[in-house]
Amino acid sequence: MMDGGKGFEDALTGEQKIRNFNINFGPQHPAAHGVLRLVLELDGEIVERCDPHIGLLHRGTEKLMESRTYLQNLPYLDRLDYVAPMNQEHAWCLAIEKLTGVVVPKRASLIRVLFCEIGRVMNHLMNVCTQAMDVGALTPPLWGFEHRETLMIFCERASGARLHAAYFRPGGVHQDITDKLIDDIEEWAIDFPNFLDDLSDLLTENRIFKQRNVDIGVVTEEEIQQWGFSGVMVRGSGLAWDLRRSQPYECYDEFDFQIPVGKNGDCYDRYLCRMAEMRESTKIIRQAIGKLRDTPGDVLARGKITPPKRGEMKTSMEALIHHFKLYTEGFHVPEGEVYVAVEAPKGEFGVYLKADGSNKPYRAKLRAPGYLHLQAMDHVASGHQLADVAAIIGTMDIVFGEVDR
Amino acid sequence: MNEALNELGTHIELKRADCVLAWDVSHDELNIDVAPANIVGFVDFLRSDNSCKFSTLVDITAVDYPERAKRFDVVYHFLSMYQNQRIRLRVSIREDEMLPSIVSVHPSANWFEREVFDMFGIIFSGHPDLRRLLTDYGFRGYPLRKDFPTTGYTEVRYDEVQKRVVYEPVKLVQEYRQFDFMSPWEGAEYILPGDDKAEAK
Repeated sequence: MMDGGKGFEDALTGEQKIRNFNINFGPQHPAAHGVLRLVLELDGEIVERCDPHIGLLHRGTEKLMESRTYLQNLPYLDRLDYVAPMNQEHAWCLAIEKLTGVVVPKRASLIRVLFCEIGRVMNHLMNVCTQAMDVGALTPPLWGFEHRETLMIFCERASGARLHAAYFRPGGVHQDITDKLIDDIEEWAIDFPNFLDDLSDLLTENRIFKQRNVDIGVVTEEEIQQWGFSGVMVRGSGLAWDLRRSQPYECYDEFDFQIPVGKNGDCYDRYLCRMAEMRESTKIIRQAIGKLRDTPGDVLARGKITPPKRGEMKTSMEALIHHFKLYTEGFHVPEGEVYVAVEAPKGEFGVYLKADGSNKPYRAKLRAPGYLHLQAMDHVASGHQLADVAAIIGTMDIVFGEVDR
Repeated sequence: MNEALNELGTHIELKRADCVLAWDVSHDELNIDVAPANIVGFVDFLRSDNSCKFSTLVDITAVDYPERAKRFDVVYHFLSMYQNQRIRLRVSIREDEMLPSIVSVHPSANWFEREVFDMFGIIFSGHPDLRRLLTDYGFRGYPLRKDFPTTGYTEVRYDEVQKRVVYEPVKLVQEYRQFDFMSPWEGAEYILPGDDKAEAK
């Protein structure tokens, strides 16, 4: 250490004085996936204690949501996990629909499933590729981001925005998608598994990738319960727990898909899970496209919480008043409290909504999966090498938008 | 769905009558009101009882009701991956009361309780490390209380002269714009700004 000659009795005793080393990992470290500050206590190269300091991206979303109407709050949900924005909106819409008892039209439901799965692929692509980069591979992100860009363009063609879509609305989706877009997504979905094969060729049997990931960050079934893990962190350890299957929402019960599980619960198995999940998502996307072609119709449950049709608004006075009131005062949600969870790509994303009958939520709590995963960082990373910390952060799939809120 | 929840609610009430103040099923969700003193034992019971097995802590949060004597509702959500059920516990406490921490039963409660402390100022007794979590180092006040202004009290900027970030009281260039479009005919109990005829009514 730097404490100079004081107490340094090396020459007399022949023993070296060793002190634990504290280092700051982040907040501006590329492998921290955002603004994470880790205070690490090291014994040589081994991590003894790991104290994550979060909140550097805290924007007070929950406070802001209390003073805005339900519809104005929707875009805040995009800004939580900005890697797969639409999955977050979904939870918000489901919570409002549960309280108001609105039934979403079939076509809107299918479009939601379609874009949720696109979001899942976007997220897993990002995660797999950046995790590969964290452990030293440069090619995967270059390849993967090209496909992510394609997917974001699909989002843009549906909603007008690549990332912050605000596309899912309470009662359906904002607008219908065109047949051309459906065709293009299908074309992509047919081609995409080939890309996954290529990516898998790069990584799955790669010696360095395996050395950095196999047997790193092992979580057991008991730890999953203790630390409240969800999503791939659970499935990587062999538990087939997926909310899309166990507590089906939207119309996921009509789709045919498998839930991939790992065996050892280490970083490598979670990587394999994510790769397999992308294939399953592609399957769901193709089924959703098939169903969408057979299901014409409206994409919004027309009523108090949704705007009237444009044409109607131009001719009917009532519709015009309704439109004006909807976008100024907003709709009122009946009193009550609900907790709604969706299987976001990172795990269970939940919205706890306490409504008091007015046009604004009395309290909205956003439950992010990454929050619990990062909390267990001290538990999982202790005893690992310093270099493994980056691999563990990568595999936990942490995005600070949702952790800090 | 509801029958199973009713059954579960009855079962829990029978087993732990001392902890359960009231329970109901609304919106297909089971809510249980719990006395603050018994929360740790009750959570432990929920985790280990075979027909409950609520072994995953999903969320802890609080809701502020400034007008009530028992100001805060602390809300716990649990999930059982084995029984595929969810449950919500509500604990009402006064502002000056402390709540026993459940970190000993669920290690994952650690950050949730820190966050509730950070945002609402509720103190959890027996928590190993009750520091602020999300707010700035050295932050004062409890932002999610209803009496805390959305704009906050301080703002930061980089000072060219001192070559560091400085904290200053919030100065808004224009008044904070809180749009409220509640219909004045139904529901709203305030006078709209600039409404001259409000008195005459």
